[in-house]
Amino acid sequence: MKVTKDLVAASATPMVLGILAEADSYGYAILRRINELSGGELDWTEGLLYPLLHRLERLGHVESSWQAVAGERRRKYYRITESGLAELADQRRQWDTVVEALKEIWHGGHGDSRPLIAIPLGGHA
Amino acid sequence: MTDDLEAQFAQWRHYVQRRRELSRPDAEELEDHLRGSVDELVAAGLHADEAFLVAVKRMGSLDDLSREFAREHSERLWKQLVLTGAADSPVADTRARRDLLAMAVCAAGAAASVKAPELFGLNFEEDAAFYGPNVGLFVLPWLAGFLAWRRQATKALVGVLLALFALGAVAANIYSLAEDSQSVVLTAIHLPIALWFVVGLAYVADDVRAPRRRMDFIRFTGEWFVYYVLIALGGGVLTAFMFGTFEAIGISPEGFISQWLMPCGAAAAVVVAGWLVEAKQSVVENIAPVLTKLFTPLFTAALLAFLVTLGFTSGGIDVEREALILFDLLLVVVLALLLYSISARDPLAPPGLFDKLQLALVVSALVIDVLVLLEITGRITEYGTTPNKAAALGENIILLANLAWSAWLVLGLVRRRAPFAALERWQTTYLPVYAVWAWIVVLVFPPLFNYL
Repeated sequence: MKVTKDLVAASATPMVLGILAEADSYGYAILRRINELSGGELDWTEGLLYPLLHRLERLGHVESSWQAVAGERRRKYYRITESGLAELADQRRQWDTVVEALKEIWHGGHGDSRPLIAIPLGGHA
Repeated sequence: MTDDLEAQFAQWRHYVQRRRELSRPDAEELEDHLRGSVDELVAAGLHADEAFLVAVKRMGSLDDLSREFAREHSERLWKQLVLTGAADSPVADTRARRDLLAMAVCAAGAAASVKAPELFGLNFEEDAAFYGPNVGLFVLPWLAGFLAWRRQATKALVGVLLALFALGAVAANIYSLAEDSQSVVLTAIHLPIALWFVVGLAYVADDVRAPRRRMDFIRFTGEWFVYYVLIALGGGVLTAFMFGTFEAIGISPEGFISQWLMPCGAAAAVVVAGWLVEAKQSVVENIAPVLTKLFTPLFTAALLAFLVTLGFTSGGIDVEREALILFDLLLVVVLALLLYSISARDPLAPPGLFDKLQLALVVSALVIDVLVLLEITGRITEYGTTPNKAAALGENIILLANLAWSAWLVLGLVRRRAPFAALERWQTTYLPVYAVWAWIVVLVFPPLFNYL
């Protein structure tokens, strides 16, 4: 199963901000981390990641600088800013709402795990 | 890492840097990504070559990548002229700053030079006979100086430049010409042209003999002209607003505008335009060839229509006093159309429709000019000559000779008998002829025609 392109794009910003909130990182490592987290199910490309990083930088959510960590190549590291953290918190609330709502629908709000089929229920969540 | 792999990276970097959407730091960032990917694949047991191929394949096509970058950085698709503070390279940045400073000094110098004669009691309105012939001498040495500084001209060349400007100063002032004499007008027109070729010498300072550099000077001239006109338009807008706003508060800025803003602005703009052409040379497309492409068909149509109409009405051309000058200017325009399409043409391209169009343009201009010349030589032999007529006639012949031979070479090009390079070489070799003629008019004509 592959996650659709639209969904990947929609979740891209909180994903990157979330990873950068853990620690400063660079492009290749961010992509690997996403692979790791999703078990390879999220199909990210460089064409998605780098322009996104640049947009976040333009919006002031991240900062970048070229750094050489001991024994490694000089790399462009990204660091999340205050405004990025605020953005992440906001995105998180939005995603929580979406995920909660989906859970309610799929699990009927009773915590039991029924098969994933549409079951019309009694109107309230 | 093996050398082989490094070579592959270098090649890849080369491809990436050709993409306008990807700036230099982007390319470095992507290269780091590619290296990360290769390292991982090598660690997983792949051979370096294989790892590189797989990593590049994973990154996807550069087209897709560029498109994604362009969505975030659409401004990069518009070439921007970054005058200073270019992030790409600190060396280029220092260079740009130094250029900017030198330009400012030279432009200020040019502006000051135009005003300097007022210290000796001269002014624009009453001493036209002084300012007319000397105007090029106030301004062009500064432009030549800027270019010579930029090219780090040798001492010998700087000496030659100084000597030529001194010669110009002598020519402009040694003959006491009446304000309303023809010679004073001729000098005012021809000395700037003669001095422009001195600027050309400064322009080609780094390689005086190369025909390539002469072609560059032709390109420089076209772009300089376009930029100067644009700056002049901007200056016009500035003047209009200044006039209007100050009038509104009851102060007339007329004296300031006509005595300071316009003369100093016009002089400084000569240097600024030259600097702009130098700074944007590789950044912005040349505009003169674009104008050429637009107007070559239109001029061809107009000239052919004129010839056809002339044939039908079968009346001769009514050669007034101004007619010869008008047709001189026509030849100059046709020559410029030819020159600037040459300047932008790919030397190896096969002859195409545009070359045929150009042949039609040049031939029709030649036919018209020959008709005019036949009329006018009759006049001159009848009434005797004046400096104006002699200068106009001489220019006509010079341009005619150039265009006739050019027409022959373009014909050869269209028939695939002669290479394009022959046409290019003809034009660059011909350049000194204009310079020599302009100097002759300035130096020899006044005594020749008894300072008429």
